Amino acid sequence: MVRLITHNLLACHVKGCTRNNFPLLFENVQIEIQESDFNPDFLRNFMPKLEWKALVDAARQLGDTSLPLEQPEMVDEEFLKALHHVLLEIHVMEGAMVCQNCKHVYPISNGIPNMLLAEHEIG
Amino acid sequence: MIPTPDLSHLTKDDFEHVYEPAEDTFILLDALEQDAEELRNLKPSFCLEIGSGSGCVSAFIGTILGSSASMFLCTDINPLACRATLKTGTRNKIPLEPVQCSLTAPLLPRLSHSVDVLLFNPPYVPTFREEAEDAQGHRGIQGAWAGGAAGMEVTQHLLDIVQELLSETGRFYLVAVKQNDVPAIRRKMLEVYNLPSEIVIQRQAGREHLFVVKFFRQHITIMK
Repeated sequence: MVRLITHNLLACHVKGCTRNNFPLLFENVQIEIQESDFNPDFLRNFMPKLEWKALVDAARQLGDTSLPLEQPEMVDEEFLKALHHVLLEIHVMEGAMVCQNCKHVYPISNGIPNMLLAEHEIG
Repeated sequence: MIPTPDLSHLTKDDFEHVYEPAEDTFILLDALEQDAEELRNLKPSFCLEIGSGSGCVSAFIGTILGSSASMFLCTDINPLACRATLKTGTRNKIPLEPVQCSLTAPLLPRLSHSVDVLLFNPPYVPTFREEAEDAQGHRGIQGAWAGGAAGMEVTQHLLDIVQELLSETGRFYLVAVKQNDVPAIRRKMLEVYNLPSEIVIQRQAGREHLFVVKFFRQHITIMK
């Protein structure tokens, strides 16, 4: 289940690839929308832990433009519902994530990202 | 009593390739259940289980905390374990997020000082060193138990990054056996990384003397 909350945490870790290695770009993705329980407290606590620009860019890459470019100062229910949907309900089932810097491709299959590297790529 | 997660969707075939929950799994569940209230009070955002295998432990902590209360990240090098973890999450209505990788490699920069609950039931069985390395390389079920010298080859790698991963109020639950030299592990974590610890549970299970050790940051008072 590669949701955008997970994507927001994954960086390229190929040996020597330490700049511009986050966020990874989606490629050839198939997505599924699956509803999940709305928990405003969790979202409020989680907001400071997000890389906001990476989240907004990833959502737009997947065709969702509901989030503002900057985190709003006033957090209302409507905003939290949009955030909930983007973070937790969009599932990338197939496709890949590509490093912007070294172009390493991390495949996604059956909703699981394969972040393993070959022996010679490990730092 | 918190129910043990439903694993009835996993078959004998699955357990040819993915570690089937056993005494070492259950002692970790017991430790988490014993600490349930403390864990809820922590209001974790990030739970991270390394080597989640069947997904039993993460589904259990999800049940303790509530399915929407935290993020439940799981890593495993074994692709079949990742699939089992995902299925176990669905079955038990806990959104487990498996990532196929070694330990925490692609997550470390972003999760630096962020993990609230870190869980690891490592391959702790003492074997020849090569056996542990091969087992990790083959990404199969052997990697779930073959631990190399003193059963510590894989654990050692994680111990060196625990301090980096834990949040201010974070805690790390580690399963170990007597041959791993628990006093030495605890001493090292305190002296090198300033992480004190306590033994949550220890018990004899067949031939194994099992421990669950909990590590935390120095300034935290553990409520009993």
